[in-house]
Amino acid sequence: MKLNLKIWRQSGPGVAGKLVDYTAEHVSPDMSFLEMLDVVNEGLTKKGQDAIAFDSDCREGICGMCSLVVNGVPHGPDRGTTVCQLHMRRFKDGDTITIEPWRAKAFPVVKDLVVDRSAFDRIIAAGGYCSVNVGGAQDGNAILIPKDVSEQAMDSAACIGCGACVAACKNASAHLFVGAKLTHLALLPQGQQERYRRVVSMVEQADAEGFGSCSNEGECEAVCPKEIPISNIARMTREYVKAQAMVSSD
Amino acid sequence: MKLDGRVPAGSIAEKWDRHKFEMKLVNPANKRKYTIIVVGTGLAGASAAASLGELGYNVLNFCIQDSPRRAHSIAAQGGINAAKNYQNDGDSIYRLFYDTVKGGDYRSREANVYRLAQLSVNIIDQCVAQGVPFAREYGGLLDNRSFGGAQVSRTFYARGQTGQQLLLGAYQSLMRQVQAKKVRLFARREMLDLVVVDGKARGIVCRNLTTGQLERHAGDAVILATGGYGTAYYLSTNAVNSNVTAAWRAHKRGAFFANPCFTQIHPTCIPVTGDHQSKLTLMSESLRNDGRVWVPKKKGDSRSPEQIPEEERDYYLERKYPSFGNLVPRDVASRNAKQMTDDGRGVGASGLAVYLDFKEALERLGPETIRTRYGNLFQMYEKITAEDPYKVPMRIYPAIHYTMGGLWVDYNLMSTIPGLHVLGEANFSDHGANRLGASALMQGLADGYFIIPYTIGNYLAGQTLPKVTADHEAFKEAAANAQQHIDRLLSVKGHRGIREIHRELGRILWDDVGMARNEPGLRRALESIPKLRDDFWQNVSVPGTPDNLNQSLEYAGRVADYLEFAELLTLDALHRGESCGGHFREESQTPDGEALRDDERYMYVAAWEFKGVGKEPELHKEPLEFEEVHPTQRSYK
Repeated sequence: MKLNLKIWRQSGPGVAGKLVDYTAEHVSPDMSFLEMLDVVNEGLTKKGQDAIAFDSDCREGICGMCSLVVNGVPHGPDRGTTVCQLHMRRFKDGDTITIEPWRAKAFPVVKDLVVDRSAFDRIIAAGGYCSVNVGGAQDGNAILIPKDVSEQAMDSAACIGCGACVAACKNASAHLFVGAKLTHLALLPQGQQERYRRVVSMVEQADAEGFGSCSNEGECEAVCPKEIPISNIARMTREYVKAQAMVSSD
Repeated sequence: MKLDGRVPAGSIAEKWDRHKFEMKLVNPANKRKYTIIVVGTGLAGASAAASLGELGYNVLNFCIQDSPRRAHSIAAQGGINAAKNYQNDGDSIYRLFYDTVKGGDYRSREANVYRLAQLSVNIIDQCVAQGVPFAREYGGLLDNRSFGGAQVSRTFYARGQTGQQLLLGAYQSLMRQVQAKKVRLFARREMLDLVVVDGKARGIVCRNLTTGQLERHAGDAVILATGGYGTAYYLSTNAVNSNVTAAWRAHKRGAFFANPCFTQIHPTCIPVTGDHQSKLTLMSESLRNDGRVWVPKKKGDSRSPEQIPEEERDYYLERKYPSFGNLVPRDVASRNAKQMTDDGRGVGASGLAVYLDFKEALERLGPETIRTRYGNLFQMYEKITAEDPYKVPMRIYPAIHYTMGGLWVDYNLMSTIPGLHVLGEANFSDHGANRLGASALMQGLADGYFIIPYTIGNYLAGQTLPKVTADHEAFKEAAANAQQHIDRLLSVKGHRGIREIHRELGRILWDDVGMARNEPGLRRALESIPKLRDDFWQNVSVPGTPDNLNQSLEYAGRVADYLEFAELLTLDALHRGESCGGHFREESQTPDGEALRDDERYMYVAAWEFKGVGKEPELHKEPLEFEEVHPTQRSYK
């Protein structure tokens, strides 16, 4: 296949960027999307031209590092799939593909298609954990957790922190990310001690980072590579309201 | 230099407890006076940084990714072993210890392995307390599954994402310490040199990958938890940014590299489709529980699988190993697949694959049961290959997956450079010549949560460490050294792609230092690697500038190190004239083609000392003694 690519190039943070045209030739349908970019980059490298910067690591859909908007959709056209797992057989000869970075105020562009997602780390640092030091844990089986509760917590814990939810949201809201972590910990007995403090700190941190609010349109759920449902946001809101009620009754 | 493993005295079961009592302590008020540098945020690095922060040390923690949560431990699928004996099926610390020593083909240090088995139970408790959503039974108890190389059910898991959940647990604990200001996090940093002052590890030089700036960081001790070197082979199941650079540059500063030839090849990966391939995807070997491995009996048979009648198929594992059948260990399954493809009986367009067929299981159990057991794997396979394994047999081929070798460490996890500690896959100690399934996660977390917090205190309390700042001459020298390397890479301005050279190196290693190795092949590789290294330094093209995010420059630096490291890997494989675990020397096999160990001549750890690029390294031997588990020849017939 031969493809026309329009790729966002931006030399550094805070400078203007633009879409630049490239041609990808001899694209095999068995290639992954990122391998197609590798081949384009190898061609540029051999010519001594600056390679297109993009993030990726595990290339099997679990590390959450890859982050491309393909034809306007974070991670591209396949549902429940990271862009590293998208294959070129999804496209046809002569197609034009536009490739852009995540776009959100809280995810500033570092270079080309690479963005800074450290805001997510700071949200977790604000309270996305159980405060237990190493050493004092009781036997694992002393905490009983029914299978369905554990499975439900796992559904939310499956979040890979890629940020597609933010990139898809017109408000650049991080609520699906925050909601998934809160749901994971709120469902488990281990997470109860800090349950209400946690929700307030994490939501406040997300606000401080410049992420927007949720207006219930569900783009986040539609692009989430782990198909985490928007009900996680509902739980987050409920936890937050309860936490507020507890503070006011103190 | 005599290698001293510093194994404590006493019976195997008492060693660690006794050592914990005998080790020196740093008093709580004094811990904050020490700065510890931790490189890496995988299971070993994140758990170490978090635990040391909890204890009150000042920790500086570095990772190459944009967030510590992305380290490659995240991709581990299967599970984590622990000798809990929750299933009442006869498991014990001693049995986990025994299985691990035997699985490692008697090339690991007994005392380390015993401690690992002891700590395995604490790991599960700690992870549960953190909120790791392990699989549970209906009554709420933790569930277990069984895994290769063991006859008991001792593997804890969180669906097929155990590594992810354990890593997120460690990451969350780490972020809690970041919030408490006990850990300072440095993401998108790559360690380029180790700084040694008065013979002790006192800091690192790293490149800020975003700004290109070289940074110098000083501390009282350095911990490397930088993973394995599987990507030396270009194609592996590792992440594309995994590399040997930190370990290799520490080696060049004096840390011995142990047993680099012990590499593990995983039998059930999705085959290569072409030169564009950037990595290989592993599918859990649990597939071999129900899938049957076969190739056509006839060479070069290009018919599609359904056109090949039963009597013209060779279910070679079932034929050769009637008692274990398709469930032989990883190395045996991998080697046999290679024999079949070498024999011209491989399948698929490239001929580099064998079939893993579920037809019989689908008929016996029905598609619903198969879907429950392997649904996510079948889906992943279909996504990558566009073939439906419910209808046609899967094609699989082995790939490099894990490296047992690594920097040499003593019982305290300290390398031959005082103050430099090495954890997780980056060290060599616990898996011998072959790692059993579900034990990599166990080792990473044991090292980070439960061993280093004790042994680093012992090191610090036993020294007088003069204050050293990053302005010290040694830091300037290391930074200048790193800068020179970068300038050299950028100044070649040749015409060959970095990837193209890396791919070529991978092919040399895969062909001659892969699943089956022999003297002529290894000697051939020892000739081709230096040639390729020269080619790299004369013809590589590294575009861009050093002062911003430059992924070509990062990649070129890693490939340059692999071009040096590969020579050591090959030399180690050549010197070890026996077959053991993942290292199969064709010259050393039983009459029926099985790996033959030579305990008389090779029952030692080979630790190599760097003597200069292209110069013969010096071999140091740490003899291995087996007081508990008597070495026997493995047999799976």
